[in-house]
Amino acid sequence: MTIQFNDPDRPNSYIGKTVPRPNATKLVQGRGRYVDDIALPRMLHVAFARSPVAHAKIGEIDLDEAKAVKGVLRVFTGKDLAEVCTPWVAVLAHLKGLKSPPEHPLAVDRACWVGEPVVAVVATTRAAAEEAASLVMVDYEDLPAVTDTMTALDKDTPVIHPELGDNLAFRRLHEEGDVEGAMAQAHKVVSARFRTARHTGVTLEPRSILVDWNPAEGQMTAYHATQAPHMMQTVFAKHLDIPESRVRVICGDVGGSYGIKVHVYPDEVATAAIAKMMGRPIKFIADRLESYSTDIHARDHEIEAKIAVDKDGKILAIDVDDWTGIGPYSVYPRTSAIEGNQVVNLCGGPYDFANYRAQTTVVFQNKTPTCQYRAVGHPIAVAITEGLVDMAAAELGMDPVEIRRRNMYADDAYPVTSPAKMRFEGLSHHASMDKLIGMMDYDALRADQEDARKRGKYRGIGIASFIELTNPSPFMYGIGGARISAQDGCTVRMDPDGSVVALSGVTEQGQGTEAMLSQIVAEGVGVNPSQVRIVTGDTQVTPYGGGTWASRGAGIGGEAALQAARALRDSILEVAGAMLQADASTLDIRSGQVVDGDSGEERMPLEELGRIVYFRGDTLPKDLPRELVQTRHFITMEYPFAFTNGVQASYLEVDTDTGVVTLLNHWCVEDCGRVINPQLVDEQIRGGIVQGLGGALYEEIHYDAYGQLLNGSMADYLVPMAAEMPDMQIGHVETPTGESELGAKGAGEAGTAGAPAAVMNAINDALRPLGAQVTEMPFTPERILRALGKIED
Amino acid sequence: MKASAAGYARAENLRHAIEMLVASEGEGRVLAGGQSLVAAMNMRLSAGDLLVDISRLNELSGVSQEGDTVRIGALTRHAQVGADPIVRARVPLLAAAVAHIAHAAIRNRGTIGGALAHADPAAEFPACALALGAEIHVEGPEGDRSIPAEDFFEDVFTTALEEDEILTALSVPAAETGEVQLIEEVARRSGDYALAGLCLVRRAKGHRVALFSVGPKPILATGAMTALDAGDVDGAVAALTSEIDPPSDTQASAAYRRHLAGVLLRRAVARLEGDRT
Repeated sequence: MTIQFNDPDRPNSYIGKTVPRPNATKLVQGRGRYVDDIALPRMLHVAFARSPVAHAKIGEIDLDEAKAVKGVLRVFTGKDLAEVCTPWVAVLAHLKGLKSPPEHPLAVDRACWVGEPVVAVVATTRAAAEEAASLVMVDYEDLPAVTDTMTALDKDTPVIHPELGDNLAFRRLHEEGDVEGAMAQAHKVVSARFRTARHTGVTLEPRSILVDWNPAEGQMTAYHATQAPHMMQTVFAKHLDIPESRVRVICGDVGGSYGIKVHVYPDEVATAAIAKMMGRPIKFIADRLESYSTDIHARDHEIEAKIAVDKDGKILAIDVDDWTGIGPYSVYPRTSAIEGNQVVNLCGGPYDFANYRAQTTVVFQNKTPTCQYRAVGHPIAVAITEGLVDMAAAELGMDPVEIRRRNMYADDAYPVTSPAKMRFEGLSHHASMDKLIGMMDYDALRADQEDARKRGKYRGIGIASFIELTNPSPFMYGIGGARISAQDGCTVRMDPDGSVVALSGVTEQGQGTEAMLSQIVAEGVGVNPSQVRIVTGDTQVTPYGGGTWASRGAGIGGEAALQAARALRDSILEVAGAMLQADASTLDIRSGQVVDGDSGEERMPLEELGRIVYFRGDTLPKDLPRELVQTRHFITMEYPFAFTNGVQASYLEVDTDTGVVTLLNHWCVEDCGRVINPQLVDEQIRGGIVQGLGGALYEEIHYDAYGQLLNGSMADYLVPMAAEMPDMQIGHVETPTGESELGAKGAGEAGTAGAPAAVMNAINDALRPLGAQVTEMPFTPERILRALGKIED
Repeated sequence: MKASAAGYARAENLRHAIEMLVASEGEGRVLAGGQSLVAAMNMRLSAGDLLVDISRLNELSGVSQEGDTVRIGALTRHAQVGADPIVRARVPLLAAAVAHIAHAAIRNRGTIGGALAHADPAAEFPACALALGAEIHVEGPEGDRSIPAEDFFEDVFTTALEEDEILTALSVPAAETGEVQLIEEVARRSGDYALAGLCLVRRAKGHRVALFSVGPKPILATGAMTALDAGDVDGAVAALTSEIDPPSDTQASAAYRRHLAGVLLRRAVARLEGDRT
């Protein structure tokens, strides 16, 4: 029996409805359990002395003063930890040519970025550990720092890792068709230089880990704020020489991740190594200041790009030269080449065109390592593509909506393979654009813009179409040799009282995974969501899975939950059929009752069935299967990724005297396939848009020429805040994937993917009558005034 | 990070507080609203302090008017300043400034005396005091004294306060009939420190212009004031941009801040004209 998703009046119709989040009450009452809420007997705290310089040889280390601080028990250097922890090298076989040197939990011979952990201090309190860490004396012998991306490969630039030969970590060139030929014959060729600033994720809960080593059991238990517990289980086992089965990673409540918490951090591995060496629980909670210099950074790209169009606005070719600086190490185990690789994969994504060339050049530098952060590569690729398309439209005197309609893949063109060799199963660019134009009342907005201009106010409309990569298969990491699971599993069982427990390999980061799973399981079994308890984040308890990243929770974890729930329903009905002397196929489960499928007549509550199965199993036929527990795993097979699509629009006003941008309104229509919980999806989109708006207007990590981090605090790294945010109106088109019964694709990246480009295009739409254009993010008041030529140095 | 304080004591009265400051031999720090000091301690920018908590000295809080002078106690919190009927009627600049200061939680705790004594060059109240021609009242072991705002602010986070003195109040001339007081600023986000800010007061005896976030301390733009008195707005903008030497940082360059100061002056003057009509 398949679920009639299109019938909102079907029994147990929880999928597709806004169902309250089961864990929301707990979190708002402060009854959540984050890592820092856990205190274990004999627990100690670790703090790190970090490199104050971008690149230096580590000379003498004097620990005497640090050891003398009251409460300090042990102090560890890189050499100490190297004895128990093997280094890691973050490369993947399918990213050909990617290279990176071995990285240790604490720097051994050299410090390579400001913030790199050098010495670990363990004390009875965090305050004592910090006090002692500030007294660690390290003799840093300065080495030249590499800080500029574009000159990192120049002959006279020092090589950070001489054993690697040069500062090139990875380069990939993709060519399709004849770009030169198309450019030569084009009606117009428009070129531009784009820049996206270095960001970091700024999770509300900082990185947190508490590791306990029990020598009697030979078992390590890590309480960890992570997106991927099973991946971390492998990492700790491999590098600390423990059997994988003897590492348990427990991930309770997590206060936001955005990709920040899916990577291996040296200070966290050091914490685990120290726990093993000392045989005591060790806690590390990053504070906000060290978060800025040690959480991964992202998005630091410089791009030269060109678009060629014919006189009707048809795109003939796109040519992209992308450069990014990733810090001194590729980040383990996902690597730091993925973001540049995504730029190559995603540029031009919505459009049906023939000639495409894109190259990404990924270089080492002495700054905090970069890696995957929400919407990896998407906001960069969308800014390049949509910026170029708008510039081409302006050259042609064409409306920006019209040029997109002339180039987007037709809604009936699928399946189709893009010039970047991405395979699209089914997208809805035109339906989404039509819906957006209706929602925003495009013509009325153009009239308002014109009216405002008469009053001397410069308002602009920006449109950004995009594709989003979700539901990754093993093509993302597994084929490269990483033990990062693309499949996921769910175990669903019925207990004697008729309630249901579901254990899932995907994890809750605060975004509502458990709400999503509970309504799927409720509908799949036939009980109320309040009768479903969800367990996630425990490698010793849940089925093996990949966790939460690349918008895979609903599409992959959700499908596994649905299949397991449906299987449990069948098991229950088989028992019910025997008890009621009815054919199981004539029965159904609705709201926790076994009912007659046709009439809906109640036959037996599940708790009565549970009572018989668990306490009076003697009354059931001997050969009747009575396992009221089922496990299913799911992996996508047909497509490497489930692409989704959408389009955003921004309406804003630019103060041409001060350069200040005021966001007036924002719209997004996106197609994530089956929407399981409309409110959760809408809030995912809104949260993503806010992060995208942060990139467009505020967020930028600054380094000086020596690699010093200049703005590592909430006072001067500006995150988007509520007062500046516009209303965000969200709409959906639903094109379910055929790979699963659920049909869900991901929704986590869409908002972040499109918002920066929409804002950029809106600002440039506002400035166009003044002959100004901005392409370097964030669009600060100063950059806008400089584009207007209003500032004299 | 975890704050590190060498000691803490709550003062029973003003004399007691001063005695403790004297006894601390320069290590004492006066704790009032704590909105700057505690943040600095939590970032370990200030460590090993002996905290002298004056927050319960009720006699240092509140607003009163004596003749043509409005006196505001040092412990009057930002939110109280903004809501006070005397301030709103007779020192509207301070009430207007409150809306620009940080966020509600900070305005509920921070005190006007703390803001003046901290002397952050990007803060609103020091520039307001300068524009209003306020007197700053302080008390030390030798008794009390008053310092004109022009002489009080010396450099970044540096004032004429001695180590063992406590700022007790400020007094400002109550606005005369027809007096106009305006504040203009541009910040990246609501509640952020201004990229540049400007206070403009127009009195019968002339204009007063003070700027913040454009130098190491709040700046009284005397050249611009003279030009405004002569009715020369272009001249005032020209004078203004030449009499400030703004810093460059990650938020904005000196050139941008200088440009912005001129924009703010024009906007403030436009509002003056609006008031006149």
